[in-house]
Amino acid sequence: MKIFRTMASVVVTIMIATLIVAGARAAAADSIDPDADFKAFRDYFTKLFPNVPLNDFVNGPYSMDAELRKQWEAIDDFPPYDFAIDRGKQMFATPFKNGKSYGDCFPDNGIGIRQNYPYFDDKTGEVITLELALNRCREANGEEPYSYVKDEMASLTAYMAFTSRGKPFDIKIPDDPRALAAYQKGEEYFYARRGQLNFSCASCHVQNPGNHIRTEVLAPALGIVAAMPIYRSEWNGMGTMSRRLVTCNSQVRGVPLKPQDELYRDVEYYLSYMSNGLPISGPGARP
Amino acid sequence: MRVWICLAATCWLFRAGAAQAASTEADFKTAMAVAETAEQDAGTLKNQWIPTEQALAAAKKAAAGGDFDAAVAQAKEAEALAKASIAQAKEQQTAWKAGIIR
Repeated sequence: MKIFRTMASVVVTIMIATLIVAGARAAAADSIDPDADFKAFRDYFTKLFPNVPLNDFVNGPYSMDAELRKQWEAIDDFPPYDFAIDRGKQMFATPFKNGKSYGDCFPDNGIGIRQNYPYFDDKTGEVITLELALNRCREANGEEPYSYVKDEMASLTAYMAFTSRGKPFDIKIPDDPRALAAYQKGEEYFYARRGQLNFSCASCHVQNPGNHIRTEVLAPALGIVAAMPIYRSEWNGMGTMSRRLVTCNSQVRGVPLKPQDELYRDVEYYLSYMSNGLPISGPGARP
Repeated sequence: MRVWICLAATCWLFRAGAAQAASTEADFKTAMAVAETAEQDAGTLKNQWIPTEQALAAAKKAAAGGDFDAAVAQAKEAEALAKASIAQAKEQQTAWKAGIIR
């Protein structure tokens, strides 16, 4: 009888321990842990593409497809985004009507700082992207904001990205519940399916990088933001990060959010954090 | 017997005709209000679909042209699409976690 009691107590103890472990796992799955996400994200892509050097992921589809890479290298002899860099440089140096300039709004006069954007602003409790910061700078100096999807914004960000080329992404998530919430909202937006086609961002850029969707080679999510803004042959012009997100939503037959909507900024924050340590390669060129 | 068959056939034709009676402007307004409410709900969830917007626009255009049958059909299509987008958004509130790289 004593043996049965002992066995019963062992079984009960094992069951309780199993429940505790399962509960801990569930809690871990629900907790926000950017560092763990970062490691898992990087491991996934480097294992999926063991022959792609880590820093080459910023070159998107060109790191996945040899033929495409040859075409890109040929195109890059006369980069199609060069005019945008020149225009952006000129715009950046031109003072506002009040005599101040963009440089007055940014650390280090705005030169070589692209890798620090987006950042979480603890005063306003929101994610600030480079595009948003540029328009807020304009408004603070009495100028009209630019469209987030048109050439002026693309030119300004192209120039600023160019001054940061090669500098590693350095995105910080402060120990602030609001920052962690913004990070998780971005992560959720990235993984949630939407649109009539029921695609998430991850459907293409996590589950199918390197595969073709029609004639396009899908870019890996790792480093995908490093080349922004980009010249796209499909667009026959430059496009900002905002334009890219809006277009992605439309392509899955979802109504896009407004450019620089809080959720778009959060997803940029999430993806940029996942790219920490990878070099800025923007402005870039894509098919 | 013939009388009964004729009577049944007449009733069937009358019923079929009634079912296919032309939609009215009031029918369109009712269907449109339901569809627009559903689409607003999808908007609250930040998950509207382009085909829903297209169906709503097509419904308005058909109604403006006086074709209320087509207008009602498009409005009902929009309602169905909007409800599908709402269901998708609600499902994804938890389902997104299944896709995370761990």
